[in-house]
Amino acid sequence: MTLAVEGLRKAFGGVKAVDGVSLSVAAGELLALIGPNGAGKSTCFNMLNGQLRPDGGRVLLEGRDITGMAPRKVWRLGVGRTFQITATFASMTVRENVQMALVSHARGTFDFLGALADRHAPRAMELLARVGMDAQADRACGVLAYGDLKRVELAIALANDPRLLLMDEPTAGMAPAERVALMELTARIAREGRIAVLFTEHDMDVVFAHADRIVVLDRGKLIAEGAPADVRADPQVRAVYLGTGHTHGVGA
Amino acid sequence: MLENLLVQGLSGLASASSLFLVASGLTVIFGVTRIVNFAHGSLYMLGAYLAWTLVTGLPRGHLGFWGGVLGAALIVGVVGVLIEVLLLRRIYKAPELFQLLATFGVVLIVQDVALLVWGPQDLLGPRAPGLRGATEVFSVRFPLYELFLISVGPVVLVLLWLLFHRTRWGTLVRAATADREMVGALGVNQRMLFTTVFFLGAFLAGLGGALQLPRESVNLQMDLAVIAEAFVVVVIGGLGSLPGAFLAALLLGQMQAFGILIFPKITLVLAFLVMAVVLVVRPHGLLGKAPSTQHAAGPVEPLLRPSPREVRLLGWGLLALAVAVPPFLGDYALIVLTEIAVMMLFAASLHFIMGPGGMASFGHAAYFGLGAYGAALLVKHFAAPMELGLLAAPFAAGLAGVVFGWFCVRLSGVYAAMLTLAFAQIAWSAAFQWTELTGGDNGVLGVWPSGWASDKLTFYYLALALCTGATLLLRRAIFSPFGYALRAGRDSPLRAEAIGMDGFRIRWFAFVLAAVAAGIAGGVFAYAKGSVFPTYMAIPRSVDALLMVLLGGVQTVSGPIVGALAYTWLHEQLMRLFELWRLFLGGVILALVLFFPQGLAGAIGRRGGRE
Amino acid sequence: MLLDLREVHAHYGRAHILQGVTLSVAPGEVLALLGRNGAGKSTTMKAIMGLVRPSGGEVRFEGTDLAGREPHEIARAGIGYVPEERRIFTELTVAENLSVGRRPPRAGLEPWSEARIFEIFPPLAAMRARAGGRMSGGEQQMLTIGRTLMGNPRLLLLDEPSEGLAPVIVERMADAILRLKREGLTVLLSEQNLHFARIVADRAAVLEKGRIRWEGAMDALMADDAARAEFLAV
Repeated sequence: MTLAVEGLRKAFGGVKAVDGVSLSVAAGELLALIGPNGAGKSTCFNMLNGQLRPDGGRVLLEGRDITGMAPRKVWRLGVGRTFQITATFASMTVRENVQMALVSHARGTFDFLGALADRHAPRAMELLARVGMDAQADRACGVLAYGDLKRVELAIALANDPRLLLMDEPTAGMAPAERVALMELTARIAREGRIAVLFTEHDMDVVFAHADRIVVLDRGKLIAEGAPADVRADPQVRAVYLGTGHTHGVGA
Repeated sequence: MLENLLVQGLSGLASASSLFLVASGLTVIFGVTRIVNFAHGSLYMLGAYLAWTLVTGLPRGHLGFWGGVLGAALIVGVVGVLIEVLLLRRIYKAPELFQLLATFGVVLIVQDVALLVWGPQDLLGPRAPGLRGATEVFSVRFPLYELFLISVGPVVLVLLWLLFHRTRWGTLVRAATADREMVGALGVNQRMLFTTVFFLGAFLAGLGGALQLPRESVNLQMDLAVIAEAFVVVVIGGLGSLPGAFLAALLLGQMQAFGILIFPKITLVLAFLVMAVVLVVRPHGLLGKAPSTQHAAGPVEPLLRPSPREVRLLGWGLLALAVAVPPFLGDYALIVLTEIAVMMLFAASLHFIMGPGGMASFGHAAYFGLGAYGAALLVKHFAAPMELGLLAAPFAAGLAGVVFGWFCVRLSGVYAAMLTLAFAQIAWSAAFQWTELTGGDNGVLGVWPSGWASDKLTFYYLALALCTGATLLLRRAIFSPFGYALRAGRDSPLRAEAIGMDGFRIRWFAFVLAAVAAGIAGGVFAYAKGSVFPTYMAIPRSVDALLMVLLGGVQTVSGPIVGALAYTWLHEQLMRLFELWRLFLGGVILALVLFFPQGLAGAIGRRGGRE
Repeated sequence: MLLDLREVHAHYGRAHILQGVTLSVAPGEVLALLGRNGAGKSTTMKAIMGLVRPSGGEVRFEGTDLAGREPHEIARAGIGYVPEERRIFTELTVAENLSVGRRPPRAGLEPWSEARIFEIFPPLAAMRARAGGRMSGGEQQMLTIGRTLMGNPRLLLLDEPSEGLAPVIVERMADAILRLKREGLTVLLSEQNLHFARIVADRAAVLEKGRIRWEGAMDALMADDAARAEFLAV
């Protein structure tokens, strides 16, 4: 297993946000984490990437305990991230954004006499080519279209050859066709590179079309886990989350 | 002994009340407008002066005194409204430092206006009718007026709380504090809201000043003295929090009352040290909350590129002129040119942390001054030669950068600006009060260059080489991986952390680099002037640096150089030509903030059609 | 027509976001503004509300051109705006949030009160004194709509009301919008979720690159596979 989570717990002021969640993601697998607002998805996610320290439980990355490590340490061990609202460096070009990830990976951040232009440029272009952004390498990140920014984030996340990708609502704010394209790209990269992908998502079309497995959270607890078809048919999941399906077209 | 402590405690409470009046206005204004009003101390001073005029002009008695106090506070409220409508309303969307600077422009203007109207001498006001005597508190005689002041603080706190929590106006103000634009979209005229808030804040400051009339003389130094304390109070209490300001005012009032018994000379240092400790333990103050994300999204920083070819050619051309022309110039011109070289490096060092680093520093003069003192003290106490002094300058400043920076780079925005200001004030107080080491106000004299560099022209070349060299290194660093990493942390701390960057260490290192560079500038400046004074580290010197950077434009690479040239020249001319140079400088600051928010280099660049 | 946009243009910095939007909303209808991300849906809403100043064109509401007016004047004229990010006042209680939105009654409309809001969104009634920041996403969405209704608008602008909500909550939101429509309110909503729009909207207008490319009945759009594929990429 690339990622194994055992009995993760977190409470805020007495309220149990995440209450004993266990899950695992295999190399090359896409696992979707879904559930109603406030179910504990974000809390769970933030404990995996190091933003939050769990009250209990363990997070294992390829067998190594990374519980409670700072985000930048987690990254060094091979966990890439994309954010719900894209986070890139707006005052830099697309290529410079990726170069910075490579510089950090090579531990060259404190070089203050050299020029960034000479650092890792070819490798950055390779990564951009993989996500189809090489043609826009010299544009400023601050002026890119939203869908393109998501691709840049993916390229940044791939810069340290990650074993695990954590994607928080990867398709939020994108048009349906863009969503499909981004998820297909992600799936291809994950399969080719044997990268495990864990993502949260509100768009049920995306979840049911692209996830290999789905985990459903409600009030901090895991209430269902399995293949998309099984989860969709689960009566408890329908009651607390999916509803009749009229508003997302994947129901009855 | 016990009686003595009691009297100190009570008088500490009375000071706390006055301090709370000023701080509450400051914090209320900040809560809604997000502006840290540097001119709040000026409103306090105006309150005192106006009360003096009204109380001495009106017939004596209760009506004359209390009417005068209230009238003064109301007039100050109206002055606050004028400042809001004419100036601040136009810059609500500008960066925080611009706002701070604009209100500092108001400080300068009010200082000269007060000087013109009331003259330079201290004014003494009458005592309050009905509260002239003293009373016995636990068998200790204590002035009635002080007791009255002690009650004013809690009363105002309760009234303000009721106003904000029990009236519709208060609910709207609290809503606007969180999200002004949304309040507007719900049909509330937020301009009126802001103006009324400003009236309230200014009124409180004016009242605070007016109530001081029976306690102390009215003078032209009241503004900066009280604003420094009020900053400390609101920052310790948490910007925007009234109960926090009250608590902090009590704390500070007591500390000063008792501090004077124990360490009479370092009460100011004590206050700023408390502030530094509180900010590190609770970055948003005792009762403050992390500011909610404002929805008026900030401007996206433009792509930072090396200067275009023409600009670089122009730069090299200027440098060639700076090398070739001076042999034909007189001593005065050489002195001004040396100063320009020093200021260029000083500005560039501040720009390094402000532009790419996105950190606001309101106390950069500390490192300039510590560089100067580092050199001067070696001369004074060990008769060290210039070469050693110039080496010691960046070392001393860098060391201070390591220590102060460790605190400052943890915070952001106005909090960081306040903390940098606090450290600069600590350094300034130390230089001012530690007479045995630094000579205090008299400074250190006789800091002259070594024999080979004593000629004005030679020293100019030395200054030019050191300052230009360091400036070019800083510019190179902006485009190095480190400079990019610094900018990465500014653009998106979340992403920077997510790609393994240690934002704290990066900002800290940048802070130290900037301090070292400012130290070089300070060291050269010390030998150029032959003397070093505490004013090298005072607030106006920090403002000089800010003005140079902003004049040139924060987000341009050549900005600080253009800014240093323009500002040093302008400053020289103003000082020479006008007695009321503060008034003019204040006017220039306001014009700069209102009409050239991108700075000169930015404005020229835009005119040239560059992206 | 209640609302008429004529050739409305808007810029963000140098970017020309709205390039001549012309659009009408009839009294009593629910019109869905559809389009890809970045097509200009939110900007259209903000331009109507005065949160983005139109750089050209007219925004006529009940016959008066509102382009260039301040947001608070536009709100007072009778347009209520519910932003995509909800933007409730997290430090204020539910009751205080509602009171910020309160405006005088409008002729010919039954005035909104706290009680009437609670009738439409029953969960809010139980949390009158709770701070807005301590509510779930769905509850916040109800509060932000309720807060805007307190201003007694004639026209309600809903920016992506279903974004980020669980499907069960989205269904409740659809019921609420249909109820508001029955009570005589006119609604202009922007949506990415076509399933949701199909349930609540009478008509649809499709934005692409800052212009309206398709306009007609919602049913006609659902029947027009070619139009959906071209403009919505579904």
